[in-house]
Amino acid sequence: MNAPIKPGYVRPLDLKHGRIDMTHGGGGRAMKQLIEQLFASAFDNEWLAQGNDMARVVLPPGRVVMATDSHVITPLFFPGGDIGCLSVHGTVNDVAMAGAVPVYLAAGFILEEGFPLASLKRIVDSMARAAREANVAIVTGDTKVVEQGKGDGVFITTTGIGVVEDGFVIGGERARAGDAILLSGFIGDHGMTIMSTRESLAFGADLQSDTAALHGLVAAMLDPVREAMRGDASRGIHVLRDPTRGGLATTLNEIAGQSGVGMLIEESAIPVRPQVEAACEFLGLDPLYVANEGKLVAFVAAEDADRVLVAMRGHPLGRDAARIGTVTEAPHHFVQMATRFGGRRVVDWLTGEQLPRIC
Amino acid sequence: MKYIDEFRDGELARGIAAQIAREIRPDRRYQFMEFCGGHTHAISRYGITDLLPPQIKLIHGPGCPVCVLPIGRVDLAIRLALEHKVWLATYGDCLRVPASDGLSLLKAKARGAKVAMVYSAADALDLARRQPEAQVVFFAIGFETTTPPTALVIRKAAAEGITNFSVVCNHVLTPSAITSILESPEVRQLGTVPLDGFIGPAHVSTVIGSRPYEHFAQEYAKPVVIAGFEPLDVMQAILMLVRQVNDGRAEVENEFTRAVTRDGNLKAQALVSEVFELRRSFEWRGLGEVPYSALQIRGEYAAFDAEKKFALETRKVLDNKACECGAILRGVKHPRDCRIFGTVCTPENPIGSCMVSSEGACAAHYTYGRFREIAVQAA
Repeated sequence: MNAPIKPGYVRPLDLKHGRIDMTHGGGGRAMKQLIEQLFASAFDNEWLAQGNDMARVVLPPGRVVMATDSHVITPLFFPGGDIGCLSVHGTVNDVAMAGAVPVYLAAGFILEEGFPLASLKRIVDSMARAAREANVAIVTGDTKVVEQGKGDGVFITTTGIGVVEDGFVIGGERARAGDAILLSGFIGDHGMTIMSTRESLAFGADLQSDTAALHGLVAAMLDPVREAMRGDASRGIHVLRDPTRGGLATTLNEIAGQSGVGMLIEESAIPVRPQVEAACEFLGLDPLYVANEGKLVAFVAAEDADRVLVAMRGHPLGRDAARIGTVTEAPHHFVQMATRFGGRRVVDWLTGEQLPRIC
Repeated sequence: MKYIDEFRDGELARGIAAQIAREIRPDRRYQFMEFCGGHTHAISRYGITDLLPPQIKLIHGPGCPVCVLPIGRVDLAIRLALEHKVWLATYGDCLRVPASDGLSLLKAKARGAKVAMVYSAADALDLARRQPEAQVVFFAIGFETTTPPTALVIRKAAAEGITNFSVVCNHVLTPSAITSILESPEVRQLGTVPLDGFIGPAHVSTVIGSRPYEHFAQEYAKPVVIAGFEPLDVMQAILMLVRQVNDGRAEVENEFTRAVTRDGNLKAQALVSEVFELRRSFEWRGLGEVPYSALQIRGEYAAFDAEKKFALETRKVLDNKACECGAILRGVKHPRDCRIFGTVCTPENPIGSCMVSSEGACAAHYTYGRFREIAVQAA
C-alpha cells in the first residue's frame, strides 16, 4: 500500500512564551519558520509570498526617491507607539520630505538572543498596521540574530522608495531669503514621552509620542500650489524636513547651512504643549532641541505661504500648524529667535547630547 | 505655565527696562557681576542685555559648578572609573568636562569605564542598592544647592549599612568665592575690574539665606541683590542695584523673597554640618587655591569618603596655556578676549571649562550671544 508522504511536522512558533534563539538567524528551518509565520504573514503581500531575497517592483512615473533609517529606541514600547510603527513612519517621512509618495519599504531586523517572540509579534504587527495605513508595502527584508548582551532587544533598519513628480525639487538647499517658515504642530512630544518613561526619571506626564506618517499631510500641502510649482520653480514649497533627533533647532540650523541663509523665528509662535514645557523646565532642557516623529517644517515662497498654511490646518496632522518665522539673508547662517521676553538670541546647533543642568 | 510665565512676561520686562533707563545716570557706568551660572544662562537665553541701556555691563561670575572644577579632580574621577573599575555616577553636565590626555568622563566611558549619568544624589545611591556587588562612587559637585542632597544620601547609606557606596566631595562654598574675587588684585588694587555690585545667587541663597552676604556689603561696600533665576527677577535686581549705586548705599537686598529668607533653610544647614566639615583649602579653576572654600566628609562618615576609601590623591594639572577661563571666571576678561574662543575651543571640543556647561560664560556667549558681534543683514 502506498501511503501518502506526510509533510514533516513543524511545531508552530510559540508566540506566547517563546524567545529568539541563535537558530532563528542560522539560515535553517527555524529561520524560515520565523520569517514565514511572523514577518511574511503580518506584512502579507505578493512579493514576500514569492520567498525571494529581493523584490521586483514596478514604480509609477516620476523620479525615484530613496531613503534609509535605522531605529534604536529604549523603551521599545512607549505611549503613542513602538519601535515597529516608528520604523515605518521614520522612513516614510524621509521619502515624503522630497514631496514624494512613498511606495515600497525594505526592513532589516537585528534581534537579540532571548528577545520574547510575543514582543516581536507586537512590533511586527504594529509595523504591518503602520505600513497598511501609509499605503506602502514592505516587500523585502532581512533578519539577523546577535548573542545576548550584544543588542538592545531589536534594532530595525528600513529603506523606502517613493516617487516624486518630475520637475519638483524640494530640498534643504532651496530655502531663500523671504521664505515663510511653517511648522506643522506641537514640538517635543515624542522626546519628552520617551524621557518620561525612562526608569531614572519616570515623571508621570500626560503625553504621547506624535509618531505618524506625514506623506498625506505633504500631499495636502502640495495641492494648492502644485500648478504654480509646475509653471515656476520659485513658487510653492522649497524645503520640507521632519525635525526628529536634535529637534526643531537642529533642523533649522541644517537648512540654514545647506541653503546659505539665516532665519529669524518667533518664540511666541512655536506651539509647545504645557506638559512638554513643564517637563523641559524641571529637567533644564529646551523644547527646541527635543525630538519629534510626526512633525514637519516647510519653507514656502512668501506669496504661497498662506495657502499652504490653510491646507496644513485642514489636515488632521497639521491642525495646529503655525507660521514661526522668516528666512533672512545672513552671511553667517545664524538662526535667531525673538524671545517672548523681548530680547533676541541665537538658536545654535545642539552640542553633544542635551544634558540636564545642575542648578 | 503657571508661576513661570508670570516671571517671563515681556510686557513687564519692557516696563522695568524703561524704569532702569529713566533712573541710570548717563554720566556713569554700572558694572554688576552675576555670580551664578543660572543667571548667566537666563541673561543669554532671554536676551536680557538687549533690554538694558549700554551703560550697564554684566560680568559673568564663577558660579558655575562645572566651570570651577579643576582638571585634577576630573582626572581623579576618570582614574576611579578606569583603574579602580567602580561605577562612577555623576550629573550630566560633568560628563563632558575636558580632563588630561584628551579624556573626559564621556570619553572614558567609550573606553569601557562604567559611568552613569544621574539626575540626583538619590539615584546614585539607588544604583548602589541595585548592584550590591559593584562599588558605586558618586562624584558630587555643586555649590550649597546640591550639598544637602549629598549629605542626605551619605546619612541614608550609613543608616542602611550600605558598604558599596561612597562619595567624592567637590562641594564648594559661594561666600568664599565672592571673597576671593573681592580680594583679587584686579578688583582691590589694580581696579581693572570695577565692580559696582552683585546679583546674588538664587538657589544657593534658599539654603544659606541672605545673611552671609551682609559681610560683603559692610566690609567691601558692595551692594548685593539676591535674585531668582527668571528673567524678570534679573531685570528687577538690576534696577535695585542701580538704585543702591545712585543712592550710595551698599546693602543686601532680597528680590527673591518668594524663596529666600535671611536665615535660609536651617534644616538643610544642620544636615550639611552634620556630614561635612570645611576643607582647609581647595583648588578652583580660575581662582586657584582658595582657603576654606570647600567641604569634605567628616571623620564619622569616613567610610563613605571615596578619597579615603580608594586612597586617592588629587594631582595638580595646569590649564591649557592659551585658555583664558581663569581670567574669565574672575571677570577680568570676556570670552571674546580669548584667542581660542570659537576656533580651537567650541562646545563640541571644549578646551576650557567655561565652554562645557551651558551655564559657563563661554558656552553661553557662544550659543546665544556670539551673533551680537557680527553684523547681520536684515532681510
